[in-house]
Amino acid sequence: MTQLALVIDLNVCVGCHACVTSCKEWNTSGWAGPMVDQRPYDVDPSGTFFNRVQMFEVGEYPNTETVHFPKSCLHCEEPPCVPVCPTGASYKREDNGVVLVDYDKCIGCKYCAWACPYGVRELDEQQKVMKKCTLCIDRITDQSLPENERQPACVLACPTSARLYGDVHDPNSEASIAIHENGGYQLMPEWGTQPANHYLPRRKTRIQIFDDELERADNPLTKEAPLPAAEGDTLDDVSY
Amino acid sequence: MLDPVLQVESEPGRKEVKNTTCYMCACRCGIRVTLRDGEVRHIEGNPDHPLNKGVICAKGASGIMKQYSPARLTRPLLRRPGGERGASQFDEISWDQAFEVMAERLSRLRAEDPKKFALFTGRDQMQALTGMFAKQFGTPNYAAHGGFCSVNMAAGLIYTIGGSFWEFGGPDLDRAKLFVMIGTAEDHHSNPLKVAIAKFKRRGGRFISINPVRTGYSAIADEWVPIKPGTDGALMLAITHEIIKQGLYDREFLVHYTNAAELIDLGESSADYGMFIRTDKPVEEGCFDPQNKLWWDRKTNGPVDVRCEGCDPFLLGSYEVAGRPVKTAFQMLKERVEEYTPAWAAGITGIPVETIERLAHEMGVTARDQKIELPIQWTDVWGREHESVSGSPVAFHAMRGLAAHSNGFQTIRALGVLMTILGTIDRPGGFRHKAPFPRPIPPCPKPPNGPDGVQPNTPLDGMPLGWPADPDDLFVDDDGNPVRLDKAFSWEYPLSVHGLMHNVITNAWRGDPYKIDTLLLFMANMAWNSSMNTVKVREMLVDKDDNGEYKIPFIIVADAFQSETVAFADLVLPDTTYLERHDALSMLDRPISEFDGPCDSVRVPVVPPKGDCKPFQDVLIELGTRLGLPAFVTESGARKFRDYPDFVVNFETSPGSGIGFLSGWRGKGGEKFLKGEPNPRQWEMYAKNNCVFHYQLPKSYQYMRNWNKGYLEWARAHGMTRYAEPINVHLYSEVLQKFRLAAQGRRPGRRPPRHLAKRIETYFDPLPFYHEPLESELVDTHEFPLNALTQRPMAMYHSWDSQNAWLRQIHTHNFLFMSPQVGAANGFEDGDWIWVESPHGKVRCMARFSESVEPGTVWTWNAIGKAAGAWGLQPKANESQKGFLLNHVIAEELPPNEAGEHLSNSDPVTGQAAWFDVRVKVYKADDAEPRTTFPQFPAQRRVPGQEGRRGRWQAYFAGLFRRKAGIE
Repeated sequence: MTQLALVIDLNVCVGCHACVTSCKEWNTSGWAGPMVDQRPYDVDPSGTFFNRVQMFEVGEYPNTETVHFPKSCLHCEEPPCVPVCPTGASYKREDNGVVLVDYDKCIGCKYCAWACPYGVRELDEQQKVMKKCTLCIDRITDQSLPENERQPACVLACPTSARLYGDVHDPNSEASIAIHENGGYQLMPEWGTQPANHYLPRRKTRIQIFDDELERADNPLTKEAPLPAAEGDTLDDVSY
Repeated sequence: MLDPVLQVESEPGRKEVKNTTCYMCACRCGIRVTLRDGEVRHIEGNPDHPLNKGVICAKGASGIMKQYSPARLTRPLLRRPGGERGASQFDEISWDQAFEVMAERLSRLRAEDPKKFALFTGRDQMQALTGMFAKQFGTPNYAAHGGFCSVNMAAGLIYTIGGSFWEFGGPDLDRAKLFVMIGTAEDHHSNPLKVAIAKFKRRGGRFISINPVRTGYSAIADEWVPIKPGTDGALMLAITHEIIKQGLYDREFLVHYTNAAELIDLGESSADYGMFIRTDKPVEEGCFDPQNKLWWDRKTNGPVDVRCEGCDPFLLGSYEVAGRPVKTAFQMLKERVEEYTPAWAAGITGIPVETIERLAHEMGVTARDQKIELPIQWTDVWGREHESVSGSPVAFHAMRGLAAHSNGFQTIRALGVLMTILGTIDRPGGFRHKAPFPRPIPPCPKPPNGPDGVQPNTPLDGMPLGWPADPDDLFVDDDGNPVRLDKAFSWEYPLSVHGLMHNVITNAWRGDPYKIDTLLLFMANMAWNSSMNTVKVREMLVDKDDNGEYKIPFIIVADAFQSETVAFADLVLPDTTYLERHDALSMLDRPISEFDGPCDSVRVPVVPPKGDCKPFQDVLIELGTRLGLPAFVTESGARKFRDYPDFVVNFETSPGSGIGFLSGWRGKGGEKFLKGEPNPRQWEMYAKNNCVFHYQLPKSYQYMRNWNKGYLEWARAHGMTRYAEPINVHLYSEVLQKFRLAAQGRRPGRRPPRHLAKRIETYFDPLPFYHEPLESELVDTHEFPLNALTQRPMAMYHSWDSQNAWLRQIHTHNFLFMSPQVGAANGFEDGDWIWVESPHGKVRCMARFSESVEPGTVWTWNAIGKAAGAWGLQPKANESQKGFLLNHVIAEELPPNEAGEHLSNSDPVTGQAAWFDVRVKVYKADDAEPRTTFPQFPAQRRVPGQEGRRGRWQAYFAGLFRRKAGIE
């Protein structure tokens, strides 16, 4: 079975939020839209986002890591949000593994949000239905788009290509290879949800300079010494 | 719900797709805009665009919310008779009335004294037109925002290597192995840099970030080196010290391509003290550095002409030429950095000695041992043929973090020198230029050099902004006093190549150097985040003289949005958004060129203008025509250009020059580029080609362009440069030494006024040096122990995006970030309301503890705080109640000192606003104080033509939104 998912590379994510607003922009006018904003120009604006970037610090100064952590529905292989839904509005697609909500069936009871250990479901406070990442289902399945554009809006937008998209059940997909090669991991695997989305950890490049690399026969400073001058005695002058 | 797979085919509405260029920040990415029934459905990166190659950022993807923002201005407005300035009391007027008001007033000023009209603009990307308008009008009082942005970066590097970062050049991360980013640089060239850094890291490159704060790109650096603000110069010089000490410099590069081995006259009594020894060899006169200088040859142990056949000079040494002591420039540099040891720098920067030494070794050894060689043959300007292009894979990037200090010019000179001794200038893996750079050091255009350059009813005799090469190029009168309102190109800030917009209002208010009549501000938020000392500046804008007249008599504001500044206008001109107009991102301003060749681009309208909005370019063309400015009318005074698009197609810099605003598809049928006759179908051809023209140079012209014969001759033939002469790196700057000699009274010609002589002598050092930021020398740093900075959030562009319903949810208000140690020392907790106070003012804000900041620094996001009621927000919006503006604690002038009462708080060389020099203390706010930011201002009222209050809910769905919401 195909399991579409995102692989998010924390090693290059700079926290620019391109994924956050390109998601909102695409989806608000699409199948899963609108994505409503409450008090858009007033105190405490609060709107629906399918994808948010959290920022946190790890470690103490000066050994601090600043981590930008994009988070959206992980499209679990065992999604706890699906069995708790009393109306069948929450479902997992069989053809590609994407977890979706049918707003027509949703009664806004929030059971799914309680069941989700990742906090990625957002109730639309105006329409009173549960909304969440669809992996841009209306882009990735749109056969009228050129193939390279049949990807989630966040993936196409991301300036650092920190978001890889593909079938994590296909061991040869770019996403699967990235997981295998770079230590990709799932969030809170102990819950048994088997999230399809994975994250790639930070990786460090260092340069080792050995002391003797500073010593070189061709050090340009040696060229600044005066050339040996033809002055004074030579053996020619003084030997028998 | 329909199954989404079926839904796709039933996508509602009429779909159109158009390409244009983004303007949610200054980056200028190509975008593809999809409309549904004429409403914007999607804005995505254009995959066929050379700049962003399909990606987009948070701002770019939120363009919809800017287009339909409730902050949009829609009607020309005139301050109501009897209404007070600043109170937003306006009447709607027609464009015809607006033009009549302006034409009547400005034609009178032009006939009396053109200086009385001042035009200053924000990050408008249209200096080619605005600068030309000012020049044609005849006023010297013109600049864009560069003086308060990053002019130190432009001037510091252009006066050193003939190019600089961002539009002028950048790090070649495709080939680099080590990348060092210094200071905040997130707001410039943002998407291309993000793309490049990510690729660089994936290839295993090593990324070091030197910054007081770890956020933005620094977050993904392999190593973060925290540094005290304003001390970067000390670090660069100490690294240079270590690299010279270890012999890790690129000797061959220094000898052939810089003035390092050239001999400097050090005869104590010489009128040319500190200048290069010049031979009698006849040279052409021109705006370039003639090659009649001397080396000291190793073989003959005597002086020889530079770059003579078979010569091999000493790079170091002291000699004697014709009885005069001389030294090589590199010897002078070596002596200069002798005292700048890593141990010395450690005390200043807070970076451990071992780290400084290691940074130097990493840079030097990587540059030396990992040489790149590309199989590209090229010929240098001296006729020597080279089998390959080589490079050292160490690249740097810096912008405002270095620039926005009063020692920024010399700090950036130090960075330029470091990049040069590593041999990384326009070579693979290092720094690479973008056309039209490199340019001569300094570039050729000059401002007028005296008050006679300004005459009634006459265009300005020179460029309003230019590049002084010596004191005779200054724009001063016989007594050495400034001619410009902002005092640019005067002895106070001789190399202020972008002007000093941050002092315009204060100077005009004070009448120093003179009073003006009309101030036209375009897209610059001078009543808020673009001014220092904002509270006082707002008072100056409404201050009246004894006759009850405003001290600045007439203020025109052109903007698309209800900024804080709009309230202070007498006349408001509603501009269009970027989706509604034509723009030319011109080779005459700062194009989007790539490393591999010149590139310029356009915007074309994708939706019609809202209300009566009119593109500011069209306003200038119309106004110029009504005023009869020579560029806009025929000899008989008839209109030359219908509108801006017509102007762009047909304007030539001089009749028949073949050079216009756009370089692509020139010639009658679009068959020429860079130079060629006007092409009536030029816009159409741009629109068909992703709105961008990109000429890729032959490989052999893509590197070493300062000295590349083929490239320089090509550039001359295509009108990009006047000379095909070598542009040798100014490791040692004769330009600076000329000013120093003038200050010492050792040089014939202009001399500075006595009170400025010491200042000029000190800061016009021909070699980079470190000095404390000026403010730190003048205020009590024990009482104000902390540095305060701003950083640029990647999801907001200055003040622009609080009106954006999506982006404001990412940054709704700001905190003052600081180490927990600062809170502990001052008795407050994370989240507490505190005061941040400088010698100039204080602001109440909320504290947020962070481990990602050097403990001597506090910082916040720039321009999140807003004045109540501005930008279409409700008066109680978080931006004005919890958000704060740090500008209130930053002064636009230095405390009075021996060099003057009213010197700008700026770099003494370039006039760059020293935003990041401010010193502060922090302490807990009293529990009885209100839980809101201070200062507060009366809520700004909506203006006529602006939308009423939007509802509690906003559900954007393209094709239905405006109809449902009842918006025009």
